[in-house]
Amino acid sequence: MRRLIYIVPAGVFVLIAGFFLAGLYLKPAEIPTVLVDKPVPEFDLPALDARTQGLASSDLSGAVSVVNVFASWCLPCRVEHPLLMELSKAGTINLYGINYKNKPDDARGWLDELGDPFQRIGADLDGRVGIDLGVYGVPETFFIGRDGRIKYKHIGPITVEDMERRIRPLIEKLNQ
Amino acid sequence: MIAEIGHFALVLALAVALAQATVPMIGAARGDARWIALARPAAVAQWACIAIAFLALTHAYVTSDFSVLNVANNSHSAKPLLYKISGVWGNHEGSLLLWVLILATFGGAVAVFGVNLPPSLRARVLSVQAMIAIGFLTFTLFTSNPFTRLSPAPADGNGLNPLLQDPGLAFHPPFLYLGYVGFSIAFAFAIAALIEGRVDAAWARWVRPWTLAAWSFLTVGIALGSWWAYYELGWGGWWFWDPVENASFMPWLAGTALLHSSIVCEKRDALKSWTILLAIVTFGFSLLGTFLVRSGVLTSVHAFATDPERGIFILGFLVVVVGGSLVLFAVRAPKLKGGGLFAPISREGSLVLNNLLFTTAAATVLLGTLYPLFVDALGGGKVSVGPPYFNTVFVPLITPLLILAGITPLLAWKRADLAGVLGRLKLAAAVAGAVVLWTIYRYWGGPGLAALGTGLAGWLAAAVVVEWATRVRLFRVPLGESVRRAIHLPRAAYGMSLAHFGVAVLVAGVTASSAWKAENLQVMRPGESVMVGGYDFAFHGVRSVPGPNYSAERGHFIVTEDGRPVAELWPEKRFYPVQRQPTTEAAIHTTWLADLYVVVGDADGKGGWSTRIYHNPLVPWIWVGAIIMAFGGAVSLTDRRHRVGAPTRRRAAARAMAGAAGG
Repeated sequence: MRRLIYIVPAGVFVLIAGFFLAGLYLKPAEIPTVLVDKPVPEFDLPALDARTQGLASSDLSGAVSVVNVFASWCLPCRVEHPLLMELSKAGTINLYGINYKNKPDDARGWLDELGDPFQRIGADLDGRVGIDLGVYGVPETFFIGRDGRIKYKHIGPITVEDMERRIRPLIEKLNQ
Repeated sequence: MIAEIGHFALVLALAVALAQATVPMIGAARGDARWIALARPAAVAQWACIAIAFLALTHAYVTSDFSVLNVANNSHSAKPLLYKISGVWGNHEGSLLLWVLILATFGGAVAVFGVNLPPSLRARVLSVQAMIAIGFLTFTLFTSNPFTRLSPAPADGNGLNPLLQDPGLAFHPPFLYLGYVGFSIAFAFAIAALIEGRVDAAWARWVRPWTLAAWSFLTVGIALGSWWAYYELGWGGWWFWDPVENASFMPWLAGTALLHSSIVCEKRDALKSWTILLAIVTFGFSLLGTFLVRSGVLTSVHAFATDPERGIFILGFLVVVVGGSLVLFAVRAPKLKGGGLFAPISREGSLVLNNLLFTTAAATVLLGTLYPLFVDALGGGKVSVGPPYFNTVFVPLITPLLILAGITPLLAWKRADLAGVLGRLKLAAAVAGAVVLWTIYRYWGGPGLAALGTGLAGWLAAAVVVEWATRVRLFRVPLGESVRRAIHLPRAAYGMSLAHFGVAVLVAGVTASSAWKAENLQVMRPGESVMVGGYDFAFHGVRSVPGPNYSAERGHFIVTEDGRPVAELWPEKRFYPVQRQPTTEAAIHTTWLADLYVVVGDADGKGGWSTRIYHNPLVPWIWVGAIIMAFGGAVSLTDRRHRVGAPTRRRAAARAMAGAAGG
């Protein structure tokens, strides 16, 4: 019995290592295949505050749109923010935001400080819509075609490299 | 040419490490003194090779040699020299090289300074150390070679992420790695002890200084990282429970437990298996941090460019090192002889409780950090764990720890008189009560936890003073006698008092800055002013100024209190054209009792700027507290018994013989 106790640490470690192995193949940076080419799930989010309009799934068809899920408490969001500002200025797509599990005041302060690139912002206070969309962390960015179907989801902050290699070509393709 | 020398030196270091890992280990098993003797020169040679490689890479950065891929990707000719140098470790490949350099430096230090270690133990320690080096050198050479050439060489480089171009962050990784890697020595000692099948007080005394040093470095490293986040990310927060922050916090928590359990091991020859296990776990957490940051399993702002090939390699390495040593532990630890017995209420008992709380805290952070991964792997959907989880679970764990930290130093070994000790701590309890009442009175209606936090800080600070006064018998013997006692107190005692006092200062800072932070967001036009935290902030406009590798919009604020000038603040919004990335540079004026913190945002196009102004009470105490803690560690490190060295086993054996003969 006493000997068994000494085996416990090794056992716990094997368990954790197994999860890591699974984690490496989970590829957090790839979209769950179920959502690709499916229409955006129905939602209708209220506006963040009086200065913006809310966001509903019906806004997401007719033109190519990009939906960025962000929160003021999210550090990586801060990193990708300037690129979103650039994307918004380029004007090739409709850029929308979903403010995820965030106090509206905090989000507003954040946007005032860094600039607001979004045409509409839906406030997802309890993260309900996030669950429907399969969001499991911020930031995530959805790319939606004219037909209102999800074409691609980017997980984690968008870097300059992602922008040049994947996102600009994708937007050009969707806009054709 | 110089890059090739660096590459070659790194290959040579791997060859040396292979010899160092095998020959002395076999020698120690066979008792062959010549094979054992290889360990020391090999450790020094390995250090020299890696140092040459590191200098070669530094040379490439300083001279902006863009024919080296790593330099082209991460540096730029128009960058201040400091950031050219810190750029060496501001990327995945270079930071690995720094990792192995520090590993080899510690190994070399054991070889050079470990003069009075028994040769076989030293050989085994250095051999384990070399095995770790083999893993990291192989990883560097085969998946992350920093010396890869680029042809044709570009005219200029991509530059370093502007967020990382900062003096605080330039020194953050080296300190962090000194901490992480320092724990590898405790780990190597633990493995060597398991192989030898012997753990005694002398062993614990050899391990302790290395653990102390690693712990102090890690404390400074974490504090620097948090300080950087505070002033560079521009919104007044100093800890975000980000996976990478947690990755550095877990080894710190486990290392703190190790620091305390090794005291019991040294003084009382007890808790041996537990101390060994903690040494393995602490270093395991250090490796885990490396894995989390570089594998892409979790995403974080601090993460390096990730790559599945690297992930597999580090995971494999983690399994071999930690899994292998835990199996060795399972096989060998039951054979270690138990040591001194003690009653539940004793200093040992109290330190056991301390260890339980610290390891629970480490496990809690581990769970919170990995929970999204666990749930996802089990197909349970998508979750994210945020600060609310950590804040909720941490308060109940830290509260008893802080109470214990006040009591334990007064408890006697073996069996203690709790009632007597609590009697002596009446003064500390009175201080804590007074602080709680004052907090409730002064901040009526504020968060209730604030009173708990300040009360605990007051308790611990007062208890530290009471403990010191007890030791020097203040007011019980003539003052001169007390002074004499104070001078002759061991430095380790002062080290402990300082470290615990630092904790009290830190807790006060954390509490006050979380509970009473005042924050104002507004659009201001030049000439307007706003009141925050009793200070008047007058805005005097924004103008453009050029920087060495950026352009900046610099705001100007004049701060007054009741009409008296307090400070002028110049917050900046910088734009780095190479990376097309802006950064905010907060302007901070500290009164040491509070920080006045100003950030300037975007212009609204109508002559106004959005500004954020914070009044952060006691926030500097967080870093001052951490520095006092690390300083306490350093003071303890200079204790006489570490300098003189451990009692050798031979001498202890001779004493035992003499005792037996006399009896």
